[in-house]
Amino acid sequence: MFENLSSKLDKAFQTLKGQSKLTELNIAETVKEIRRALVDADVSYKIAKDFTNRIKDKALGGDVLTSVSPGQLMTKIVNDELVELLGGETQPIDLSGNPSVILIAGLQGSGKTTFSGKLVKHLKSKGRNPLLVACDVYRPAAINQIKVLGEQVGVSVFANEDLKDPLAIAKDAIKHAKANNYNVVVVDTAGRLSVDEVMMNEIGNLKSALNPQEILFVVDAMTGQDAVNTAKVFNDKLDFDGVVLTKLDGDTKGGAAISIKAIVNKPIKFVSTGEKMEALDVFHPDRMASRILGMGDIVSFVERAQDTFDKDEAAKLQKKMRKNQFDFDDFLKQLAQIKKMGNIKDLMGMIPGVGKAIKDVDIDDDSFKGIEAIIHSMTSEERQSPQILDGSRKQRIAKGSGTSTTEVNKLVKQFDEMKKMMKQMNSSKGTRAGKMPFKR
Amino acid sequence: MGLLDFFKKKPTTEQKEKLDEGLEKTRSSFINKISKVVVGKSTIDENFLDDLEEILISSDVGVDTTVKIIDRIEARVSKDKYLGETELNTMLKEEIIGLLSENESPIHNQETKPYVIMVVGVNGVGKTTTIGKLSHMFKQQGLKVVIGAADTFRAAAVDQIKIWGDRVGVEVVAKGMNTDPAAVAFEAVKYGSEVEADVVIIDTAGRLHNKVNLMNELSKIKRVMDKQVDGAPHEVLLVLDASTGQNAFEQAKQFTASTEVSALALTKLDGTAKGGVVIGISDQFNIPVKYIGVGEQMNDLQIFDGKNFVNSLFS
Ligand SMILES: Nc1nc2c(ncn2[C@@H]2O[C@H](COP(=O)(O)OP(=O)(O)OP(=O)(O)O)[C@@H](O)[C@H]2O)c(=O)[nH]1
Ligand SMILES: Nc1nc2c(ncn2[C@@H]2O[C@H](COP(=O)(O)OP(=O)(O)OP(=O)(O)O)[C@@H](O)[C@H]2O)c(=O)[nH]1
Ligand SMILES: [Mg+2]
Ligand SMILES: [Mg+2]
Repeated sequence: MFENLSSKLDKAFQTLKGQSKLTELNIAETVKEIRRALVDADVSYKIAKDFTNRIKDKALGGDVLTSVSPGQLMTKIVNDELVELLGGETQPIDLSGNPSVILIAGLQGSGKTTFSGKLVKHLKSKGRNPLLVACDVYRPAAINQIKVLGEQVGVSVFANEDLKDPLAIAKDAIKHAKANNYNVVVVDTAGRLSVDEVMMNEIGNLKSALNPQEILFVVDAMTGQDAVNTAKVFNDKLDFDGVVLTKLDGDTKGGAAISIKAIVNKPIKFVSTGEKMEALDVFHPDRMASRILGMGDIVSFVERAQDTFDKDEAAKLQKKMRKNQFDFDDFLKQLAQIKKMGNIKDLMGMIPGVGKAIKDVDIDDDSFKGIEAIIHSMTSEERQSPQILDGSRKQRIAKGSGTSTTEVNKLVKQFDEMKKMMKQMNSSKGTRAGKMPFKR
Repeated sequence: MGLLDFFKKKPTTEQKEKLDEGLEKTRSSFINKISKVVVGKSTIDENFLDDLEEILISSDVGVDTTVKIIDRIEARVSKDKYLGETELNTMLKEEIIGLLSENESPIHNQETKPYVIMVVGVNGVGKTTTIGKLSHMFKQQGLKVVIGAADTFRAAAVDQIKIWGDRVGVEVVAKGMNTDPAAVAFEAVKYGSEVEADVVIIDTAGRLHNKVNLMNELSKIKRVMDKQVDGAPHEVLLVLDASTGQNAFEQAKQFTASTEVSALALTKLDGTAKGGVVIGISDQFNIPVKYIGVGEQMNDLQIFDGKNFVNSLFS
């Protein structure tokens, strides 16, 4: 289990405990920890170094408000920098051509063909008339794969099993598109390594010949340190317009997103979040930053809950979280459902505020017993309105659950933090880290 | 020759050349950096270790393992501070090999026939391709191989493995798309026994390790085979993509939890990705790396040899 980034930052900030000003001296250890944490999240070593140096400069230059602790200030700076780096201008994909040509490129197995299917589905739903073109002449059954996907989404596929020349196929496809009033042509290509000169030239030639409006570089979110090399070589060759980050439905931190953005400065235009044709999303820099920082991603949590849990339940839960009406009954229900899933700690980590609380706990099914006992000992009124929990109520609950008031207090406090966090997630973007309550 | 004896064979010169070739890109940058770090240093100082850290981290070795390697070097050097380039290089190699070979389990001969290998991993890492190459390898050893097409989910997955079967001349047991993968695995093992195959290899659909339902499905696929042949699958091969970063650790952990992974294959080492992730995983999970993939053709599979691997990095 990865120790999540926020808990690492917490640890780093611990070294700042009791200090009121950020100095070159007291910040060094923190900066090192942040760098280490970023690297653990797969951010490129060099880029993490540059990034933390920038953070350091900002932190040193900035005013230290007396009301804000150094740790909180650093968290805010880190988060803001990340959001800014990941964000920036995102132009929609260029569909001005007639037909518009979109060229898809990337390493083997990154998810190009799957994404191509999703993209044409998306375009079709926007009222376009897309054509999917099969230019992978190498991979066994590549053409069948894309045909199956085309059929699934109801979009025509242009392919030529007998022609082993991607360039010729693509040219034919564009003629075909013009003749048949397709207004967007999505060209799926074979996976290729950046060191494979022949294959890199092939895609370079495709670009020159097709003059695509849009070239998208598809990259697996689980990619490690190699992301910088590959992105750079593909960008040098193709000067691509945008990045597609795939397999974000996994539990990778996705630091590669930072590396790529930093090295080629191209926007991340789409994210892929599953194998099904629906699983396409636009990129949210703030979600990505909090994912990399391990600050919890309430949206992913809910989406994943929906995957596993009863859909109606999950929708209700989401609504309650939005309205900040999440109470102890919901918490209890959630625990029960989570327990069924096995991978408890992972999932819990997605709930803002919880990841930190459970980081040192070795969670098995019994781990929730104490928490459940406490909640079970509350009256339903108390569960729904935790604010009425006063000293004597807490004493009674502690007794009833065989715990201590300290434990009851701890749970109530964590629950409050969790709610606060949910509220901030809902109301503000980008600035929420500054308000994050840190235990110290 | 005993079944799977060939595993023990050292790579032939030809294979070695191919490995060197495959790793050339990896090595050239790695070695350049190492030499840069090492040349002209007669003592281990902070800078040396910082540079070393950069090299290891940039190869996806991971922070924990890197720290471990550096600690070990530091511990060894603290006594006799003065070291030349050669000694440092050797020491570094030794430490990394140490981490790898600690887990290098011997590959047992299997009296069992058929020897069943189940191949698992996240999406797109190269499972199906590795099976194609593996089958070819086995076949070249004169073994009879049967493939089970138990990825019944991903578009054209069955077609893909069938094409590989044709290519390498191996029978593929398939029941079509969207059928029960456990049933396919069962059938394949059954058929393998009937035709007295030496090896049965089961392809499975790629799945992310955090999808509980899919991981449960995988456990089920694994379980049914035992009903047909005792102890099957005898090997669960987890395929890892060399370009994957630290998430590979979680993959190793979760796939081990649901299928008791017994060996690793590291693919796409012909690219620029360093594959250093193997060092950390091998160290942390005690699972040997058995194969490396160095290309998309049927001959592009090699038996992993820790010493060879590290030597190729540093030669
Ligand atoms: N879980 C998950 N799987 C994905 C996602 N995108 C693609 N996949 C899976 O990843 C695997 C590879 O996807 P493909 O679309 O075939 O990848 P590709 O880049 O076209 O591969 P090549 O053509 O061989 O280079 C398949 O199993 C897909 O179902 C995603 O966002 N999430
Ligand atoms: N360069 C290179 N490409 C490889 C290697 N192994 C596999 N590939 C390519 O990676 C892509 C995905 O390979 P597959 O074998 O389909 O991967 P998979 O794990 O079966 O994918 P899913 O079943 O969709 O999860 C294909 O384009 C393969 O040709 C390798 O060692 N080197
Ligand atoms: Mg493809
Ligand atoms: Mg496959």
